[in-house]
Amino acid sequence: MAQMNMIHALNSAMDIMLGRDPSVVVLGEDVGYFGGVFRCTEGLQRKYGEHRVLDTPIAEGGILAAAIGMAVNGLRPVAEIQFADYIYPAYDQIVSELARLRYRSAGEFYAPVTVRTPCGGGIRGGQTHSQSPEVLFAHVAGLKVVMPSNPYDAKGLLIAAIEDDDPVIYFEPKRIYNGPFDGDPHKPAVPWSTHPTGEVPEGHYTVPIGKAEITRAGSDLTIVTYGTMVHVSEAAARGLGLDAEIIDVRTMVPLDTDTICSSVARTGRCVIVHEATRFAGFGAELSATVQEQCFWNLQAPILRVAGWDTPYPHAFEWEYFPGQARVANALKAVMEAS
Amino acid sequence: MVAQSRLHVPKTPARPGEAPDFSYLKLSPAGKTARPDASSPSSEVRFLSEGLVRVLDDRHQAVGPWHPHLDPQELQVGLRHMLLTRVFDDRMQRIQRSGKISFYMRSLGEEAVSVAMAMALRPSDMLFPSYRNQGLYVVRGRPILDLMCQLLSNTRDMCKGRQLPVMYHWRDGNIFSISGNLATQFPQAVGWAMAAAIKGQDAIAVSWLGEGSSAEADFHHALLFASVYKAPVILNVVNNQWAISTFQGHAGGERQTFAARGPGFGIAGVRVDGNDFLAVHAATQWAAERARTGAGPTLIEHVTYRAAAHSTSDDPARYRPKDDYERFPLGDPIERLKNHLIGLGEWSEERHAALTAELEEHIAKSWKEAVSYGTLAEPPRLDPQLMFEDVFKEMPPHLRRQEAELRAELAGD
Repeated sequence: MAQMNMIHALNSAMDIMLGRDPSVVVLGEDVGYFGGVFRCTEGLQRKYGEHRVLDTPIAEGGILAAAIGMAVNGLRPVAEIQFADYIYPAYDQIVSELARLRYRSAGEFYAPVTVRTPCGGGIRGGQTHSQSPEVLFAHVAGLKVVMPSNPYDAKGLLIAAIEDDDPVIYFEPKRIYNGPFDGDPHKPAVPWSTHPTGEVPEGHYTVPIGKAEITRAGSDLTIVTYGTMVHVSEAAARGLGLDAEIIDVRTMVPLDTDTICSSVARTGRCVIVHEATRFAGFGAELSATVQEQCFWNLQAPILRVAGWDTPYPHAFEWEYFPGQARVANALKAVMEAS
Repeated sequence: MVAQSRLHVPKTPARPGEAPDFSYLKLSPAGKTARPDASSPSSEVRFLSEGLVRVLDDRHQAVGPWHPHLDPQELQVGLRHMLLTRVFDDRMQRIQRSGKISFYMRSLGEEAVSVAMAMALRPSDMLFPSYRNQGLYVVRGRPILDLMCQLLSNTRDMCKGRQLPVMYHWRDGNIFSISGNLATQFPQAVGWAMAAAIKGQDAIAVSWLGEGSSAEADFHHALLFASVYKAPVILNVVNNQWAISTFQGHAGGERQTFAARGPGFGIAGVRVDGNDFLAVHAATQWAAERARTGAGPTLIEHVTYRAAAHSTSDDPARYRPKDDYERFPLGDPIERLKNHLIGLGEWSEERHAALTAELEEHIAKSWKEAVSYGTLAEPPRLDPQLMFEDVFKEMPPHLRRQEAELRAELAGD
């Protein structure tokens, strides 16, 4: 076992896959010589050469299209979109092409592309470096969508994504690249070495796509969350002294409804927490699913905690971010309802 | 009071009721454009993007440095492929009017682009077509029956009922799935070619789009990536003058050729007479040699004319002169190759009529068999449960649940 932060874990996953499988290539803006603006691909070009770790022009649509063409010709591309906020020029290639190629060709063609992209706020990124657009991809038939919340899962899920024959949109919550974050920006940063999931095997392993994880077992209520908000939710529940069961969704598509709904069926209460905007956010899907399957077990309305339905404002970052206070309000409301 | 607009709006040369006007087309006589060595740097072949590569002259004789000197037998095969494409198109158009298929798109007048190119390429070369390249399937030997079954979305539909008519694919024939979203295939072809280079394959990628679609960002991504990585790819703009009702001036063709965008990216651009089978074949050979030898990608503009409607949902009489195509100065690709072969003593009007009848018979027989496998309206029908397959490699739980729901719904439970 080694100590890794999420950046090291992602780097290790790509390193292992480049080493194991000659069809794996990495491409994106600044990923080669420089190693990526967040350093996730550092050293990979030096190790595997500039024909397998490619710096690309600044053209997200071109990166995705090239990755699809490469995949059709037998490669297994890992494309980095530098910020999730920059992914929209590639949206047509992802939605109309990548997601539907297997379907429209009745299985004759498919493109095993992994799209890695950092998402989320809390780094003073303003409205163009803070977005969480996962639901825009979860809504599209044919894409798998994942978001890890810690280094162990990050590495295992990325290897699983690269090995998967379906396209995977892989969101990296960049606020927790270097350490878990409980939502309080005024506290000193905590490194991953203080957290059990910072222990990461150096070799090959996978975390299955399509499986949620109960990160904390509890009986008072179920918190369904993912990414950075796993840590914020844990802190909020701890602050209230609640015995919360916390479920890290990890994979939005295909969604592990069994783990989520069997938990809510036990606790009878459910709060859904994500950083993305609330309206028609992924929380709406989670809430509807829980309601449909657990209605007769529910002792309180399902509440959602999310970013406000505004763009991510630069100066009001922490008023926007769904921190512990907002989560705690929802937890209290759900616990107080009879 | 609004001030008078100073906005420039490209002029469409002729609308319904006006006389056709092709004075905007820059033409040059056959045989007059030099043929540089295929290994020439792109900077030395800029003239090819402004000129017009032509081989067949006005008397249907092959002249000049681009003359590919093909065997008459090969030309006869090319003529047959073009004619089969046209007879197939014609029949499907009429069948759509009878309501048996929902939609169709003819390639009338553009047959040489697909047929001559496919014949000049190797079977291992990967093709990324648009929706008007059915000649590729004809050349590569996909039975017309299979294409008809796709058009019918019947029990033998290669797409399992999931795609609009004409959106074919053929993995074993190295022809990529047609999207329906315009131009997306262009940069994908470049990615395929990049992978071919990475893997050390000899095969090249070839893609097509219309001049109207060249306005999409995907076109520019394709040229940029092809240039940056010197990808072994041939990118084709089929300039058929019309994007549904919109004249090519609105796609940026008013002051500059489409081929000239190639040199802007550091790519060789070639403007070719798209209705001249020999010229298209020769330009393809030249570009394929460049791609295969590492000299780089080529952008080819095929100057042609969309003689038919955009699709069966379109009526060109509403936006262009009725006799426009008859006045198109580059003529008809089948007529020109036919007359060339007749001039060589290798063909005759009688043989042409006999071949046409033979192909019509073949199409009629194929159609009869195709409808026996079902139509959209008549059994046998595809199993609707097929809609849940191939969304993912393995069906995830939520789709299994929905499949069961549909099964119950159909059973009337």
